[in-house]
Amino acid sequence: MQVKAPDRAAAEHPVRPDTPDRRSRTPALLRRSRTLQGMAYAAPTAVFVAVFFLLPLLLVGQMSLSDWPLLAGDRGGNAPENYTDATDSTLFWPAVRFTLLYTVLVTVVLLGLALLLALLVQESRPGAGFFRTVYFLPGALGLASASLLFWGLYSPSTGPLSRTLERLGLVDDPVSFLGTPTSALLSTVFLVVWKFAGFYMLILLVGLQRIPHEVYEAARMDGASRGQIFRSITLPLLRPSLALSLLLCVTGSLLAFDQFFVLTKGGPDNSTVTVVQLIYREAFQRLNLGTAAALSIIVLAALLLLNVLQFRGLRHADDS
Amino acid sequence: MGSTAGPAGPARRLVTGAVALLAAASLVTACGSGDGDSGNGGGGGASVGGVDDGATLTMWTRAATRPQSEALVKAYNAAHKNKIELTVIPTDDYQAKVGAAAGSKDLPDLFASDVVFVPNYTSSGLFADLTERVDALPFADKLAQSHIKAGTYEDKKYVVPHTLDLSVLFYNKDLYRKAKLDPEKPPATLADWDRHARAVDALGGGVNGTFFGGNCGGCGVFTWWPSIWAAGDDVMNEDGTEAQLASPTAKKVYDTYRGWVQDDIVAPGARDETGVTWTGVFPKGKIGVMPMPSTTLGLMPKGLDLGVAPIPGPDGGRSTFVGGDAIGISATSDKADQAWNFLAWSVGDKAQVDVVAAHKDVVARTDLASNKHSEADPRLVTINELVADGRTPYAMKFGQTFNDPNGPWLTLMRDAVFGDGASVDKNNDAVTASLAD
Repeated sequence: MQVKAPDRAAAEHPVRPDTPDRRSRTPALLRRSRTLQGMAYAAPTAVFVAVFFLLPLLLVGQMSLSDWPLLAGDRGGNAPENYTDATDSTLFWPAVRFTLLYTVLVTVVLLGLALLLALLVQESRPGAGFFRTVYFLPGALGLASASLLFWGLYSPSTGPLSRTLERLGLVDDPVSFLGTPTSALLSTVFLVVWKFAGFYMLILLVGLQRIPHEVYEAARMDGASRGQIFRSITLPLLRPSLALSLLLCVTGSLLAFDQFFVLTKGGPDNSTVTVVQLIYREAFQRLNLGTAAALSIIVLAALLLLNVLQFRGLRHADDS
Repeated sequence: MGSTAGPAGPARRLVTGAVALLAAASLVTACGSGDGDSGNGGGGGASVGGVDDGATLTMWTRAATRPQSEALVKAYNAAHKNKIELTVIPTDDYQAKVGAAAGSKDLPDLFASDVVFVPNYTSSGLFADLTERVDALPFADKLAQSHIKAGTYEDKKYVVPHTLDLSVLFYNKDLYRKAKLDPEKPPATLADWDRHARAVDALGGGVNGTFFGGNCGGCGVFTWWPSIWAAGDDVMNEDGTEAQLASPTAKKVYDTYRGWVQDDIVAPGARDETGVTWTGVFPKGKIGVMPMPSTTLGLMPKGLDLGVAPIPGPDGGRSTFVGGDAIGISATSDKADQAWNFLAWSVGDKAQVDVVAAHKDVVARTDLASNKHSEADPRLVTINELVADGRTPYAMKFGQTFNDPNGPWLTLMRDAVFGDGASVDKNNDAVTASLAD
């Protein structure tokens, strides 16, 4: 926005062709000063990006090529040892596989449910506002706090969930929600869906409400069934919102950390170690910043690639 | 507490935090109102006792040992011109915090550390050399030697013991009576322990024989290793580069624990217990006998009739994991003399007896094992005397091998106890690989 403002001024103001040109040399000067002005407007953002993104990125790059223990600091280059160490770790490929599995699972369940919720509350019926608020409410909680809350709920010894099931006579022994690889994964997915469904519902709701009523009316006049309307009108017109949700959800899930760190710490038996957890482990358990940086660069590259592919795929779908 | 590294801290906070604070507070009042002898433990000169000139010192400790550190700091501040500003850092974040601060030369004047991580810090040059100061203390050789050893690197001493946390058996005397066991005869061998746990477990009605943190490497180190040491075996070579955790003794220990799991002698939740709540199970009064950190003794409910005994080996013997925190002066501190004033005072007679022992904690000196507070509670004498029989394991790669929830030791533990134990040898090699990394 800051960058645009002077441009618009430039377009509207000074170079009016019908005004007699009394200051023939000024346009060039003005243009230069306007360029400077534009740069000045952009400067704060540029500085911000440079200091808080580019510089750290460069540092991480350098770290990933150096022997850099957390306690001792830089000990000089050792490329490409950190990268081979990172990928040689017995946990690396299982973590990649698990992160992908988790991402697919969360994305499918989360976006499916979010769409359902959005459809449920899209009409302005009495009470719709209440339900919108209710669905969105978990989104107002921090992920770490929510994870801690669920950790308490899931606890077989102190949590209320297991005890309630026992009291109801549904189970005989305390239920260990995080005790097996499958139950740990599903319990975490449940938390994430609970936490984020409302947020994605909101994105989709905005998309739904942008679809003009006339289109629906016309379809109904033509005798289209509900299913046909959903498939041929709602879904295609919702695509931009769906695309945004998909992008956010996939990126977010690939970077999953908090929920697993709090709920499972990668257990049981290393079955829920995500890629970002590996980075944390390298840096703060193994005190090895070099390998942690190498892993970060690998994750960054993978994410970039995936986002490019996703953008391209979605644009392609738009064109067709 | 290599042991409770991470594990026990939050637990203590959750379960008995309020009690702890109350206890600490009442203690401090007691000390603060005492006569003003700011005693530096013995000897006057600045070289031995440090300097008390009104300096403000910064100090870090981890949440796991918060009550102990707070009590010491409050008592020190009340009787000295120097003032210590204590910052308590969440246990799980402590290593990261120290690492980051070391990188930017922002370490406080004093920082305590889980004693098992100390070798990492001494070898990285984070602590100032205290050799002369420590040796000049009149009771230098009476300081808990396992802590001193852990803090010695290339013949230089860098730390003194700050809080001692020993693993000991707690047993519930009421349940022992109900199970027709002699409440004055705690287990003397692992086989006794097994028999007692099974007898108590048979009472039923929500009562279980024993409990342990089965998804917590630090808990295993803290509570299982003493059984191996008690038999005279070791868990690592001297340099801490080679694991010896597949020895016949070690396997006997794993077999006993596996039996408890198979026959449901263990309270539910052991398999999932990541160490956050493992010390909160015994105080509920439904567990027969289990290893616990000695620092929790002062925090147990009043009505709980509990006995304390050393952890035995398969055929007898006794040992303990001498955990807890050691403390040193950071290499970058420019107030080393003032900081030493606190350290020298903290291991002196007055602080050890009136603050540490009064709080039912383990004293850092063997010559004070029996004092006016421990005399009132024979359990404290049992614990204090164990310091001499206990060990503090030494390894440079301790945390990443044994405390890391994704490390090789936890895999060994879980395979050995929840699995069939067939892969102990293979897993022991993985532990060695991590130690030698």
